[in-house]
Amino acid sequence: MADKIYRVNMSDLTSTIEDVPESWAGLGGRGLTSTIVAEEVPPTCESLGKHNKLVFAPGLLTGTIAANSGRLSVGSKSPLTGGIKESNSGGTAAQFFARLGIKALIIEGKPEKDVLYCLHVKKDGVEISEVPDLKGKGNFDTVNAILAKHEGKTGVISIGPAGEMKMCVSNISVRDPDGKIRSAGRGGLGAVMGSKNVKCIAIDPAESSAVEINDPEAFKAAAKVFAKALVDHPVSGQGLPTYGTAVLVNIINEAGGLPTRNFSSGQFEGAEKISGETMLELMEERGGKNRHGCHPGCVIRCSQVYNDADKKYLTSGFEYESIWAMGADCCVDNLDQIAEADRLMDDIGIDTIETSVTFGVAMEGGLLPFGDGAGILKMIKDDIGMGTPLGRLLGSGAGSVGKAYGVTRVPVVKNQAIPAYDPRAVKGIGITYATSTMGADHTAGYAVTANVLNVGGSVDPLKKEGQVELSRNLQIATAAVDTAGLCIFVAFAALDIPEAFSAIVDMLNARFGLSLTADDVNTLGMSILKTERSFNLAAGMTNKDDRLPEFFSEEPLPPHNVVWDFTGEEIDAFWDF
Amino acid sequence: MQVTVKLFANFRNNRFNKEIRTIAPDITVGAIVTELAIKKEEVGVILINGRHGSLDQGLTEGDTLSLFPLIGGG
Repeated sequence: MADKIYRVNMSDLTSTIEDVPESWAGLGGRGLTSTIVAEEVPPTCESLGKHNKLVFAPGLLTGTIAANSGRLSVGSKSPLTGGIKESNSGGTAAQFFARLGIKALIIEGKPEKDVLYCLHVKKDGVEISEVPDLKGKGNFDTVNAILAKHEGKTGVISIGPAGEMKMCVSNISVRDPDGKIRSAGRGGLGAVMGSKNVKCIAIDPAESSAVEINDPEAFKAAAKVFAKALVDHPVSGQGLPTYGTAVLVNIINEAGGLPTRNFSSGQFEGAEKISGETMLELMEERGGKNRHGCHPGCVIRCSQVYNDADKKYLTSGFEYESIWAMGADCCVDNLDQIAEADRLMDDIGIDTIETSVTFGVAMEGGLLPFGDGAGILKMIKDDIGMGTPLGRLLGSGAGSVGKAYGVTRVPVVKNQAIPAYDPRAVKGIGITYATSTMGADHTAGYAVTANVLNVGGSVDPLKKEGQVELSRNLQIATAAVDTAGLCIFVAFAALDIPEAFSAIVDMLNARFGLSLTADDVNTLGMSILKTERSFNLAAGMTNKDDRLPEFFSEEPLPPHNVVWDFTGEEIDAFWDF
Repeated sequence: MQVTVKLFANFRNNRFNKEIRTIAPDITVGAIVTELAIKKEEVGVILINGRHGSLDQGLTEGDTLSLFPLIGGG
């Protein structure tokens, strides 16, 4: 049966099931959410108002046997950046959507009544019910409350109290196969969900069926080649499963690009203590577990179970970005404190990158001393979680806190916090931060590959040559990968092993009965970027928003003592395609 | 002369994290890698004082050599 669009109108609490317009048929994931937002959301609208929409879409390959294809894209106009946003997550929801034939779920309008709702998504439609008892509940309690009412496999998408309070740091959580949560972290999408009074979405997998494959034999053959490439590549086959993404702490630190003490140095003294190597040792000592997948069908399994000193579960999905942000950027060298913060932030429903970079800026402003992990934990819990006036300020992100404290070293682009690679010492990722339609986002075009990791070629991270082209190629490819619903970590293999990239194209063709070439996939990526950029320009952004903050050009970054030295014109050349 | 050698990820297994080593002045990174019984094809990234280097490069007194297998994340 053909896929459908499920649309929920929160103004009159009704829902419909619609045919997929022809122009959306070849799209999924980010390509689809960005197309729907561009077509249906007025770019100048209030992001927390009734004209904004929240769109969920599984990727084109999601629900199939393709390895690592279970990502869920969430799109909207971002309250943090004021531009278009797509943030994607693991968890089980995307695969359930795909197998229910739901190509996208669009939530629009805004209810009159001040009460929270749960959307119960089933094959035959969406039931909207009031859930006043979930008000103020954390994500973990919310997931449990849903499971108490529905059968155990139910997919859950939810927001924590931060989303209810419409904070710009709030995210959207997605239940993973073990009942823990993953997040569509960036851009304040939890606030958009909260503005529509939607506390949670329960997805009933009953009546789901295998997704239709036009040529099952060809699909199976390509899927096999693809999975083999992921397992064969040292990054996705060994490094990530063993050490998790935190394996990056030491290498980025050694390369002098680990933003430390609110982006004032490129190396952190305590790096070893918060490294992937240390994390693995602690997990082995404490009965934790590496090789944990965020969705069924993941062969990389970069997640883990991290226990505390008493061998009790502390957190999972404990990522490099989260560890860097509260670690090096706030100078906290205690991995257990960072893990505790990670769990707290998951429960309250806030982006670990935006929140911890905000603390780095606040520390610079004198709110707390650098290194005060206990102080951060207390403020996350008692201020952000409780919505005190200070919590509301911290919950509005690094840009706002920088203004409130008169700090001039505020690492944001399009008001979104810069993640874990200093653009002065890893210049390719700086181009991505500057030009991404999403605001500062490392996943949009991960130039760290060729700049530092020697994956997909090598481009000197300290020089300008080749960076614009590198970032452009990666951003175009990433838009396509995000549309397929694939985990971005498939790129390590796809960049180095030609068969892996062809296998993606082959799977798309076998699934839909198409005859796409690599060039077609490239063209798709380009058109997605252009759609997103047009939305941002119509929302009021200009090329001047594609710039890094001034301090990057003024303050040399130790140890290499490099500055950001791209001219505006050089950055603008990114869009020459 | 003396250099600092740092190993990361699985290169540490049965070796060391960080060691000050005395080497002959004309020795290359590749020779140190061989001495450490690391397969050359397994070396993903070589950093010399935080800058990318190669197997045929030489070292000078006081250099820090960091060796990584191919790793990634993000």
